[in-house]
Amino acid sequence: MENKKTVNMDMKQYGMFLVLIAVYLIFAVMTGGKNMSYANINNLIMQNGYVVILAVGMLLCVLTGNVDLGVGSVVALTGAVAGIMMVDMKMNMWVAIIASLIIGILCGMFAGFFIAVMHVPPFIVTLATMLMGRGATYTLLKAQTKGPLPSNYNFIGAGFLPTIKIPFGGGTLDLVSIIVAIIFSVCIIMSELNGIKTKKKYGFPLNPVWQVILKDAILIFIVWFVFYKIGRYNGIPFVLVIMGAIVGIYYFITSKTVAGRQIYALGGNRKAAQLSGINTDKVFFWVYTNMGMLAGVAGIVLAARNGSATPKAGDQFEMDAIASCYLGGAAVAGGAGTIMGAVVGAFIMGILNNGMSLFGWSTDIQKIVKGAVLLGAVTVDLMSKRKKS
Amino acid sequence: MSDYILEMKHIVKEFSGVKALDDVNLQVKRGEIHGLCGENGAGKSTLMNILSGVYGHGTYSGDVVYNGEICKFNNIKDSEAKGIVIIHQELALSPLLSVAENVFLGNEQTSVKGVIDWTETRRKAAEMLAKVGLENENVNVPVGSLGVGKQQLIEIAKAMAKKVDLLILDEPTAALNDEESRKLLDIMLELKKQGVTSIIISHKLNELEYVCDALTIIRDGHTIETLTKGVDDFSEERVIKGMVGRELTNRYPERHDVKIGDVIFEVDNWNVYHPDDAERQMIKDVNIKVKAGEVVGLAGLMGAGRTEFAMSVFGKSYGQKISGTVKINGKEVHLNSVKDAIDNKLAYVSEDRKTYGLVLIDSIKRNMTMAALRNFFSKNGVVDSNEEIVSSEEYKKRINVKSNSIEQTVGSLSGGNQQKVVLAKWMLTQPDVLILDEPTRGIDVGAKYEIYCVINDLAKAGKAVVVISSEMQEIIGTCDRVYVINEGEIAGELGKEDVSQEKIMQCIMAHNRKGE
Repeated sequence: MENKKTVNMDMKQYGMFLVLIAVYLIFAVMTGGKNMSYANINNLIMQNGYVVILAVGMLLCVLTGNVDLGVGSVVALTGAVAGIMMVDMKMNMWVAIIASLIIGILCGMFAGFFIAVMHVPPFIVTLATMLMGRGATYTLLKAQTKGPLPSNYNFIGAGFLPTIKIPFGGGTLDLVSIIVAIIFSVCIIMSELNGIKTKKKYGFPLNPVWQVILKDAILIFIVWFVFYKIGRYNGIPFVLVIMGAIVGIYYFITSKTVAGRQIYALGGNRKAAQLSGINTDKVFFWVYTNMGMLAGVAGIVLAARNGSATPKAGDQFEMDAIASCYLGGAAVAGGAGTIMGAVVGAFIMGILNNGMSLFGWSTDIQKIVKGAVLLGAVTVDLMSKRKKS
Repeated sequence: MSDYILEMKHIVKEFSGVKALDDVNLQVKRGEIHGLCGENGAGKSTLMNILSGVYGHGTYSGDVVYNGEICKFNNIKDSEAKGIVIIHQELALSPLLSVAENVFLGNEQTSVKGVIDWTETRRKAAEMLAKVGLENENVNVPVGSLGVGKQQLIEIAKAMAKKVDLLILDEPTAALNDEESRKLLDIMLELKKQGVTSIIISHKLNELEYVCDALTIIRDGHTIETLTKGVDDFSEERVIKGMVGRELTNRYPERHDVKIGDVIFEVDNWNVYHPDDAERQMIKDVNIKVKAGEVVGLAGLMGAGRTEFAMSVFGKSYGQKISGTVKINGKEVHLNSVKDAIDNKLAYVSEDRKTYGLVLIDSIKRNMTMAALRNFFSKNGVVDSNEEIVSSEEYKKRINVKSNSIEQTVGSLSGGNQQKVVLAKWMLTQPDVLILDEPTRGIDVGAKYEIYCVINDLAKAGKAVVVISSEMQEIIGTCDRVYVINEGEIAGELGKEDVSQEKIMQCIMAHNRKGE
């Protein structure tokens, strides 16, 4: 290979990862390591699963330069539908799940129709769906909690994959978790080698070796840290599987498909996108329909974790999801942002919540801190961009 | 004291090193109507912006002498306080407010401080409207419900409400039909009798001939001459000569070894109506034909309908009630969306690259492949990112985009390099027909030359190229054949041998006369 050029990695891409680690370590010190316990790592995943799912869908809305305010209400509505079908109507769990998903998709299509076809601003449309969804939920549930839900349904939100537990260090260790960690590690290394091979084939510049090794080492460390901890607890939570699958699929869509690229182009410059052959109305419709579907998934997971459907479920989830996207570096005007950023943003919010609870701060104080962190992060992000230009 | 109400002396104005105005002198006598004409970009609007304080004192050199004293305006309020009012081509009316409210916008009639006296507002508004020939107009209807011609007159009424001494009208008749234009010009003559001095900028020389007492011609930021009615020759031919009379230097690369083939792009009986006004016809029975390897220009003044024509052909991106046929490679095609147009090998490189062409926050690579992604850089909806990098690297080299890498954001590039990225974006769609709309607007001479070279390469490759430009020299320098478009119609067709700026202007003037 004649082309031996190397370029430094774009550190900004990994900045939020470092913030995530820093926040986690700060709370580890503040809580005397309590947030590193086996049970707590498990809790972090289970408590934040639905926020991550919503943040993934919300990122697509944010990429278009808009938000969806209605997701919290759709979460409640789909959970309520599942609850009523299983508890009152004694229906099969799978029928209930599919019906809930369809309700979610219909809610998304409803918003998408008004946004894409009637050209009503998304803020107004989703403000309306937020009110309508919440009202419908209270009406359906007659303002009461519906439960308990069947235990095989609750598995979705609170269950674990099968485990092979062996005695280890005064407790047990789940071999399945360890095997998954090994598979992930191998995948990380393989994809890195594969990437280097294509870069060489096309003569693209490579990153310096030490940077690549450091990056992969940190990634593998995080993988092992998480899977070791949950392995010492109860094994892999089912929520993690759902979350992982959704993050993987949407990472692929946003970074590797024409559809994903069209969302970025629309958010970056709508007129230019239209004149480049992109049907922007169609993109809007599917982005909001998709958000409705993912809100349905989150609703099913949340109801399963709580073991009941409540009319208050999902209250202000839209705010957490929107905050996650912006914390993860998405541009307020649209056109820039990544799935990984949104996921990291969601976990920063989660670690903040979790750490402050462990530390004994009230939820009132927590809200103040979360608001300040969001404001600070976006301010710093904007300042650094301004300096560059 | 002289009888000049206004003297602008030795005005020099630079925009980041480029002289937009170079030693411009303008003298306007009290009580006259003074015309200002010149090609697009000659510096007329810049000069008027200096006069009205949009470009404040200190950003230019030279003196503005008004009523015998040197003025140092820092904003529009300063100049308005002295009785200078400018009416821009884009109307500054608030469409949802009533006529009365608009007439006193920013100049509200108040009884106690801050409280509007509505009776007085309506009474005075009606009084002002009477002065501009709108005696019977209801002052309570929203301005947006009136026609453009009336809106233009309301702008003048608004100026009158401010006690105007010097009224500046920037292309007041550009959006008006002939009857409305005539009415407006007569109002100007009426105001002149009342002692108001006016400056009018217009491309319609017959109108200037009708109302003006004197006429100053600006070309390339210099004042060429001032003609006085009754003293100098005021004919259109004379004025056109003043506007364009410069030597054509060799700024255009020669095109060799081009085989001109069959007609591969043909538009017949093309009619388009305004997107917001189904009664207003923007394009009337336009027919054009372009051969393979041929570069054809669409010449005309701003607002002639060239962009509207191109965009309506390009997947109906403009207008409504579109009718006519498009043939590409001899086959009739129905282009109902931009996607159809791209699939049928038609590309439209839009004017105003920042608004319509680029995603400024995205990389060179992503911008280059944006339009071609679906057809050439993906399989089953999955992007082939390696091919993307290879192709954008290739085009970056081929048309010489100056940047560190293809990952650089296009927002950080210079105008010329941005324009090259837009060109590459459309070349990557592998079109047979390219329409380039103002391909060199606002870029430096060197980058222009490179763009002309790209146009030549496209012609050599057997593409049909249509160039829309407001710079007539550019059209003459690059095109094999020119269609002159005026008011949405073909005003004439000129071959390479007999195209000249005078000829193009004559076509436009002749067509204007015919319309009357």
